[in-house]
Amino acid sequence: MEEEKKHRHTISVLVDNEAGVLARVIGLFAGRGYNIESLTVAEVDEIEHLSRITIVTSGTPMVVEQIKAQLDRLVPVHAVGDLNMSGPHIERELALIKVSGSGDARVESLRIADIFRARVVDSTTKSFVFEMTGSAEKLNAFIALMKPLGLVEVARAGVVAISRGVDST
Amino acid sequence: MQRMIGTQIILQALVDQGVEVIFGYPGGAVLPIYDEIFKQNRLRHILVRQEAGAVHAAEGYARSTGRVGTVLVTSGPGATNAVTGLADAFMDSTPLVCLTGQVATHMIGNDAFQEADTVGITRPCTKHNYLVKDVDDLARVMHEAFFVARSGRPGPVVVDLPKDIQLAEGTYTPSDNSTHRTYCPRVEGDSVQVERAVDLISNASRPIIYAGGGVVNSGPRASELLVELVNMTGYPVTTTVMGLGSYPGTDAKCLGMLGMHGTYEANLAMAHCDVMVAVGARFDDRVTGRLDAFSKGSKKIHIDIDPSSINKNVPVDVPIIGDVGNVLGQINTLLKQRLSNSDPRKLDQWWERIEEWRSRNCLAYQKSDSVIKPQFALERLYQHIKDLDVYITTEVGQHQMWAAQFLKFDAPNRWMTSGGLGTMGYGLPAAMGAQIAHPSSLVIDVAGEASVLMNIQELSTIVQYRLPVKVFILNNEYMGMVRQWQEILHGGRYAESYVDALPDFVKLAESFGAVGLRAEKPAEVDAVIEEMLNLDRPVIVDCRVDKKENCFPMIPSGAAHYDMILGLDDESPEGTDQGLALV
Ligand SMILES: Cc1ncc(C[n+]2csc(CCOP(=O)(O)OP(=O)(O)O)c2C)c(N)n1
Ligand SMILES: [Mg+2]
Repeated sequence: MEEEKKHRHTISVLVDNEAGVLARVIGLFAGRGYNIESLTVAEVDEIEHLSRITIVTSGTPMVVEQIKAQLDRLVPVHAVGDLNMSGPHIERELALIKVSGSGDARVESLRIADIFRARVVDSTTKSFVFEMTGSAEKLNAFIALMKPLGLVEVARAGVVAISRGVDST
Repeated sequence: MQRMIGTQIILQALVDQGVEVIFGYPGGAVLPIYDEIFKQNRLRHILVRQEAGAVHAAEGYARSTGRVGTVLVTSGPGATNAVTGLADAFMDSTPLVCLTGQVATHMIGNDAFQEADTVGITRPCTKHNYLVKDVDDLARVMHEAFFVARSGRPGPVVVDLPKDIQLAEGTYTPSDNSTHRTYCPRVEGDSVQVERAVDLISNASRPIIYAGGGVVNSGPRASELLVELVNMTGYPVTTTVMGLGSYPGTDAKCLGMLGMHGTYEANLAMAHCDVMVAVGARFDDRVTGRLDAFSKGSKKIHIDIDPSSINKNVPVDVPIIGDVGNVLGQINTLLKQRLSNSDPRKLDQWWERIEEWRSRNCLAYQKSDSVIKPQFALERLYQHIKDLDVYITTEVGQHQMWAAQFLKFDAPNRWMTSGGLGTMGYGLPAAMGAQIAHPSSLVIDVAGEASVLMNIQELSTIVQYRLPVKVFILNNEYMGMVRQWQEILHGGRYAESYVDALPDFVKLAESFGAVGLRAEKPAEVDAVIEEMLNLDRPVIVDCRVDKKENCFPMIPSGAAHYDMILGLDDESPEGTDQGLALV
């Protein structure tokens, strides 16, 4: 069989927010050998007890179709959307980035943060914590620039995504 | 709406779901449920000897009736013993509800006595599972479990029941059996795809229908529609091991089973067809052989209720998601209008080729007057039972494949075997379950001597309930299928495949209170089969067969359909290194 190209897909899964639902989704990926590049989950409807799980994965078209079909047949799953297949969409990620330093490096980190529209959410005389949202690439670029300036650690929330326009994802 | 104790809710839900029989084994965490069972007579409880036996029995019950099989086991080891059966039912899409006891909710996670993370352990081998933590969810969960088990592609569902929930008072709500908030499988085929399928079907010149267990699961109506489709089109049919009986096996249009030990004609027809109609089958590796060589030139139509079965292993041209019965109905309706003006001779050439392949007589074997050939034993068995009301189960191994080759099934739900998981020890308890469901029918487990020992304890259950189950052991003293692979792929080094120190099966039967019979020479086979059939009691037949017979045809793992081995003298088989790594 000819080697098919792998593509990155952002998949949005609306689920009942019940015990074990995340384990089901993760177990499915682990058990069937699909990869997870990023995963986020949070309740999005308190009254209906719905959560949205956003998964970034990659695979050949056949594998990605298989992933979606496998997700869709889980009992607590309401809907599976593939944002790469359903028109334009927006992806965002949040990161908290701690940088420590003094003198020029400290000033430089603040200057770059300003360019990237990262906000300072904590500061000591020796450190900053920046908060930043954006695409994963933008976050990666900022983190790379912080490395030589005293990057201490990073916490990232993973990708969340939603489709553009009036229709639901 | 009624106030009840948890255990009463459980029993009421079972009764409301139409459950008549439950297979189980007691223990601390389910004692309250057993107490409730003791007080009633609406449900019949069958006490097995090991929890795996309960699950396989429920599978036999389910597969032979089309209903949901029900199981009750205790927490910890009770639940873990049930796992093999659940995995088996999951692979073969068998509807089950398995109730497991659990330690009290406040003890969960504390490594309490007989605690196991049952929902964690069974998550990947069930269609769905529940841990009930609030007694007011209990009725809903019980009803949902049955809905999920039987709807769409059927499968096993576990309901884990902490002991305190069993004893708490809650509200009983009757079931609303028809819908579910999230789980609503599609049952009607998309009309555009159906139209495309009908186009392909009516223009095919080398067609084949490849029918699987989904036809059986859909119900007898699906089999009737399949027969109607074949009558209209004159197409050849081949079935998977799970699909045997979904189309009449004695009909001339039936090419028998396909796949690793399928017939020459079935596999070659699959390899050379121009239109393949896959009906409730899943392109399993035992069927396709080497994927990149699988039926390359054909257009493929795939009808299946489970969208994840479609395009999983083999890309298809016309996917139709829906219940096989419904979709076949849609296809037949359209075809009736189309075919009236088609040429009835159009398939003659294709059938000529098929008949040529068929004339290879691929199931032929070396006859013998001195040793019983396993194929001969099954041929004789078939001659005695073919007009009877009979249900067959099998264990796993060569005997299973010979049974699939030599016994013919003209109706669905008559043949029960562990196809997907290949579970040795399935056949005896499954026969027990089938016999419970059909007390006056003949039920035979075609067994291997190694497999049958894996759940032999269930003979005790069979005797206790006076079930006249027949166990027909093709005793070759080897794990024959393992020995065959070792002969063909591992240079004849028979590592640990000889089953030494076997019991005397006649005495074993007698010690359990069953009847034991033995056949050692071909001339004895008929008499022993007759005696077995005339006994209205459980019987074990120890049929001593050729120890080194191989099951052919065989497509070695990783080989293409056209690389079939018909017999060892016929061609020297070539294993590939890649093939060696395959199961
Ligand atoms: C539980 C389990 N363990 C191991 C196997 C691997 N296996 C497949 S067939 C077989 C041998 C079966 O021997 P027997 O029951 O005597 O049947 P025969 O092949 O001799 O007819 C084995 C060990 C299996 N299928 N199931
Ligand atoms: Mg054997």
